Amino acid sequence: MALHVSLQHFLIVSAVLFSLGLFAVVTRRNAIMVLMGIELILNSANINFLAFSRYNGLQIDGQMAAIFVIILAAAEAAVGLAIVLNIFKNFNTVNVDEISAMKQ
Amino acid sequence: MNSVQLFDIIFYVLAATVLASASIVVFSRNIVYAAFSLLFTLFGVAGLYVLLNADFLAITQLMVYVGGILVLILFGVMLTNKVVSVDIKTGTLQVVPAAILVVLTAGILCSIILATHWLGAGTTDFLVVKTTAPKIGEALITTHMLLFEVASVVLLVAIIGAAMIARREKTQ
Repeated sequence: MALHVSLQHFLIVSAVLFSLGLFAVVTRRNAIMVLMGIELILNSANINFLAFSRYNGLQIDGQMAAIFVIILAAAEAAVGLAIVLNIFKNFNTVNVDEISAMKQ
Repeated sequence: MNSVQLFDIIFYVLAATVLASASIVVFSRNIVYAAFSLLFTLFGVAGLYVLLNADFLAITQLMVYVGGILVLILFGVMLTNKVVSVDIKTGTLQVVPAAILVVLTAGILCSIILATHWLGAGTTDFLVVKTTAPKIGEALITTHMLLFEVASVVLLVAIIGAAMIARREKTQ
């Protein structure tokens, strides 16, 4: 029995999620909102990996790629938030448009 | 109702949850609402993983994203906003050009997705398979061994780096 939900359905959900994440990264002033937008983009990439893996006869390679994306997302969030905390300590703000100097 | 119809209904419910809560993340003025809405986005994406027969990835998503990254982000929100000033709203910049760019990106991506002739016409049969965790474990220690080791080193470096960067330096 073939499924009605096709590969395109998953890809379109992921494309819209990617666009929302891109919008957050481009427009928000708060650095933490920018990080949240990056998480949305990484999640949409993961949906793509898993959808291609599933619709090519449940190959395992897509799932392996998705695992490494999750690992890198965890590392990125930890280092990114550490940098944001440090910026807040030095500049007393996390608005990305106000931080234009390498030092105070 | 057979299992294929149920699959469709669950897919549309999850897709609507993901896109609606992601919109709240992106458009909410209050950063705390955005962070909590991200929780529902991540849960919905984990549900989509289950629909794609990736049960191990769904559990990993819940543990790493919901249990780790989201808590980290909430800590970031709490630590970088002055609680006394109660001003946890965040502004936006360059909304109109960004909206044009993003709508163009989404339109181009969707038209490419719909116009492409996918392998096997992009459909598949309803599968009832056992967990994919044994296959993933086998791949991790055979074909993807190098990536596995590199990922462990990357995580170690990230932990040490984050601790070094965020550490409050002692004066004197």
